[in-house]
Amino acid sequence: MKILVCISHVPDTTSKINFTEGDTKFDKNGVQFVINPNDEFGLTRAMWFKEKQGASVDVVNVGEADTEPTLRKALAIGADNAIRVNTPAKDGFQVAKELAKVAQDGGYDLVIAGRESIDYNGGMVPGMLAKLLKANFVNTCVSLEVEGDKATAIREIDGGKETLTTSLPLVIGGQKGLVEESDLKIPNMRGIMMARKKPLNVVDPIGAEEKTSADKFEKPAPKGDVKLIDKDNLDELINLLHNEAKAI
Amino acid sequence: MSVLVYIESENGKFKKASYEAASYAKGVADQLGASVTAVTINAENNEVLGTYGVSKVLQVNNDQLSKFNADAYADVIAQAAKNEDAKVVVLGQTANDKYVAPIIAVNLEAGYASNVVALPESTSPFTVKRNAFTNKAFNFTTISSDVKIVGVAKNAYGVKENETSAAVEDFSPSLDASDFSVNVESVDKATDKVTIADAEIVVSGGRGLKGPENWDMIENLAETLGAATACSKPVSDMGWRPHSEHVGQTGKPVAANLYIAVGISGAIQHLAGINASKYKVVINNDPEAPFFKAADYGIVGDAFEVVPQLNEKLKEFKANNA
Ligand SMILES: Cc1cc2nc3c(=O)[nH]c(=O)nc-3n(C[C@H](O)[C@H](O)[C@H](O)COP(=O)(O)OP(=O)(O)OC[C@H]3O[C@@H](n4cnc5c(N)ncnc54)[C@H](O)[C@@H]3O)c2cc1C
Repeated sequence: MKILVCISHVPDTTSKINFTEGDTKFDKNGVQFVINPNDEFGLTRAMWFKEKQGASVDVVNVGEADTEPTLRKALAIGADNAIRVNTPAKDGFQVAKELAKVAQDGGYDLVIAGRESIDYNGGMVPGMLAKLLKANFVNTCVSLEVEGDKATAIREIDGGKETLTTSLPLVIGGQKGLVEESDLKIPNMRGIMMARKKPLNVVDPIGAEEKTSADKFEKPAPKGDVKLIDKDNLDELINLLHNEAKAI
Repeated sequence: MSVLVYIESENGKFKKASYEAASYAKGVADQLGASVTAVTINAENNEVLGTYGVSKVLQVNNDQLSKFNADAYADVIAQAAKNEDAKVVVLGQTANDKYVAPIIAVNLEAGYASNVVALPESTSPFTVKRNAFTNKAFNFTTISSDVKIVGVAKNAYGVKENETSAAVEDFSPSLDASDFSVNVESVDKATDKVTIADAEIVVSGGRGLKGPENWDMIENLAETLGAATACSKPVSDMGWRPHSEHVGQTGKPVAANLYIAVGISGAIQHLAGINASKYKVVINNDPEAPFFKAADYGIVGDAFEVVPQLNEKLKEFKANNA
C-alpha cells in the first residue's frame, strides 16, 4: 500500500497570535512551527501501516522553503520520502488541487490528511482532495483499518460515532483517535540523522488558482475582567447567570 | 436568483443549528435582494422553515438517503443549487455539514468559507468574517468564485424569525452508484444524552477533580442544567473520561451559551477550543489559574465543596422558576 500523508506547517499551539502589515499577514516572528496536530496523528497511523503491513509512506506539503524543517521532522518520525510543492499555500482549493496532482502522479492508495489545520481552520482540503481524485472520503476519522483494498473506518459524529466501510483509493480527514497521544513519536537521534539523508523532492506547482483570499485579520476584543463571586454566596452566581447572562 | 440553504434534520426533525443557517441565509438574501430556497432530506414539517425567512423548500424524500452519506447528500445539495441558479449556498457547521461542504465546493467549482460568524461585510466583493487560529483571531475572507459556499458557525449569528410563507415542492435529484461507495455499517450514538455539539450549556471537569470516581458531581450538575459533560485533555488521556468528551484545540470545539469549567487550569490549548462560548464560569481553588483571565464569572474555591452546593441551589432555583 502506498500512503501519502499531507502535512500542514502550523504555529505551535502555545504561539501568541499576532499580525503585521496592517493586520494582513500572520506575524511569524518568534513563532515555532510544527506538524499540524491532526496530521501528526495521521502520520503516526501511517507508520503503523508501514510497520505492520509493509506500506510505504510519503509526506507532502504545499509551501515555500521555510516549511522544510517540518517535512524533515516527518521524515525523522519515519516517512520514506518528502515532497514539497514549491508555492505558497493560498487557500483550500488551491492546496487541494496541487495535492491532487502529487497524489495522481504518485498513484497512492491511501491519502491521510488532518480534519483541519489549526491555523486557518478551513477544514476543507481533505474533502476537496478526495473529490478531485474521485476517491472515497471519510472525514473526522478516528480509526482506520485496511485489508487488501477494503477499508473500515470510524468517524466521529456529533454525539457519537459511525462505523463505515469503503474501498481504496481513499482519502481521510484524520484526528486524535487514529492513534492515541501516547503513540506519538518524538524523533530520536538516529531518526534525525537518517532524515537528513532521505529524499526531499521539491516539485513545481501546476499553478492552481485560489477561490478565496484571507485579506485581513482581527484579534478578539480584550475580555473584560472576571467577576469574582464569593464561594459562600452562590446565589449571586445564579442571579448573574439568570439576569445578566440569561443563560439559565 | 436565490440563496440556497441546506437544512439538516435528524430523524426527520430540524435542530436549532438548522434554523440558525436558515436565518443567516435570509440575512444574506436581503443583502442581495434575493429570496431563500431551502433543501431538506427526509425531513418532516418543512413549512416551519417559513418562520425563518425561507420562501421555498425543495424537499427530497428518498429511502436511499435515510442514512447520512456525504457524497450523496453533497450531490443532492449541488443539484439543488444548480436547479435554483443559487450564487450563495449556506450550511451550518455540524460534523455532517463540515463533511459535505468541501465536496459541494468541488461539485460547484465554488470557494468555501467555513466557521463564518457574521453576515458578509460586503457582497461585492463577497467578504465574510470567520474564526481562525482556533478562536484566537478573526479572519476576513473574500470569496471570488461565481458560486460561494458559506458555513455558518454555531451560536454566532443566532436564530432570527422572519415570517414568510414557504412553498414546499418535491425535488428528485438523480443519484448514481458512485454516491454510495462509502457505507454506514452502524451508528453508535447515545440518544438520552445532550451532545457537546448541540448543548446550550456544557459542564467540564479537569485534572483538579483528582479521579474518575469524583465525576458524579459533574454529572449531577449537568443533569440539573440539562447540560452536556466535557473534560480537559489530560482527563481523557488518563482514561478518566471518554475521548469524546475531550474539548479544546485538539479535541471538540465548544460554542455553547454557557461553559462551566471545574478544576481546569485554563491552558491556552484548552481555552482556544472553548472560547467561542458566550459565557464562561470557572471554579478553581487557585486564584492564579489562567482560566480566571478568560472567564466572565469566577469562584475561587474547592470544587468538592462548591459544586455540590451550587447544584443544590440550582435545583431550588429551577424548581422555583419552572
Ligand atoms: C499540542 C497540545 C495540544 C493540547 N490540546 C489540548 C486540548 O485540546 N484540550 C485541553 O484541555 N488541553 C490541551 N492540551 C493540554 C493543556 O496544555 C493542559 O495541559 C491541559 O488543558 C490541562 O488540563 P487541566 O486544566 O485539567 O489540568 P491542570 O492544568 O493540572 O489543572 C488542574 C486545575 O485544577 C485546579 N484544582 C486542583 N484541585 C482543585 C480543587 N479541589 N478544586 C478546584 N480546583 C482544583 C488546579 O488549581 C488547576 O488549576 C494540549 C497540549 C498540547 C501540548
